Amino acid sequence: MAPKQQGGRVVTQQTRSLLNISVNILGIQLLSTSFGYKMDTLSYLPVQPGVGMEENFLSLDDILLSHERLPIRTECSFPRLGFLEKSSDTKDITEGTKMELPLWLSKGLYEKKRRVLSVELPKIYKEGWRTVFNADPNVVDLHKMGPYYYGLGSQMLHFDSPENPEIAQTLLQTFIGRFRRNMDSSQNAYNEDTSALVERLDCLEKALFTSGQSGLNSFQSWEKGQASQLTASSLVLNYRKRKINDLQP
Amino acid sequence: MEALYEQNQTDVNEAKADGRAELIPSIKLRHCCLLRNQRCLTAYLYDRLLRIRALRWEYGSVLPANVRFHMCAEEVQWFTHYKKSLASFMRSLGGGEGLDITQDMKPPKSLYIEVRCLKDHGEFEIDDGTVILLKKNSQHFLPRWKCEQLIRQGVLEHVMS
Repeated sequence: MAPKQQGGRVVTQQTRSLLNISVNILGIQLLSTSFGYKMDTLSYLPVQPGVGMEENFLSLDDILLSHERLPIRTECSFPRLGFLEKSSDTKDITEGTKMELPLWLSKGLYEKKRRVLSVELPKIYKEGWRTVFNADPNVVDLHKMGPYYYGLGSQMLHFDSPENPEIAQTLLQTFIGRFRRNMDSSQNAYNEDTSALVERLDCLEKALFTSGQSGLNSFQSWEKGQASQLTASSLVLNYRKRKINDLQP
Repeated sequence: MEALYEQNQTDVNEAKADGRAELIPSIKLRHCCLLRNQRCLTAYLYDRLLRIRALRWEYGSVLPANVRFHMCAEEVQWFTHYKKSLASFMRSLGGGEGLDITQDMKPPKSLYIEVRCLKDHGEFEIDDGTVILLKKNSQHFLPRWKCEQLIRQGVLEHVMS
């Protein structure tokens, strides 16, 4: 009995450490978006997400991307890891269980000989949705389809599904189809509320949109003659705003 | 992470000793978790370093106390090393005389610029010895290179006519 109880204590520590890391990830997300110093100055160059099938190890965007869950069917059993599966109370995970595992775990455990896992395609990459994308890419709300449509799609190509060429083709065609409209809107929406334009975009498209907007804003300020005006750094401005907020009760 | 590692160790020993090869997938899974934790931590620390590096270019060599409060000792050490490397690099440019590359972030249009003071900063001395008192809302016509640092810190404001 004693070793089993000890195993239980260690198990909760494990889950807690896993949870801590996931909380850290959310902390990173908050850090870069709202609360901390908003560093969109030229001196802060964060690590870009990887292009195509490769991920950048240090890129925060890639880490968030690989947090997405995929439907998995286990091909072999995992002894002593039964606590990971919430639906059953067994001590180990038996062969042939259907679970949802995050991308990083699936990628790590996947082997060519299919001994360990088999990954099922999420429904947005399957036949039905593929025809929708081929019909008209502009209509689809890619943010709702998982905010990392292109990134996750590129990573799915690692799992040797027989439909890989079609998936790759659909990804490419969707991007091409939507690109014209995204580029147009990013280059022409000056000084207006862009939330309606941005809400249906996937993360990759959002990054492109923001860089287009910053280019447009710089060009407009150059035309107005504000380009030679020295400004306080954005850090200082945000810092001062935070200080005032701290002082006010 | 230590808990994961210990569990893996016991399993590896058991697998080797008893020949229970079925424990191997669990070992692999825990190993994946360890690698993932390591990746998240290194990415977080690296991002912090990138932001600290940006602070040197935005704020200058001396960081305000609250910012330094949030940095750990190793980060402060890294910052001083980076400052030193940057300074020695700048000294080596410009034919032995040194060139301050943190100045002139935007191409300069004139030698002297019109500035307005946003808050009291006390007295400020320029190259030919005259002392200027920086009071709130006072306007001055000052050489560009002296004011750039203060403008970036938000003390002065560049006024374009």
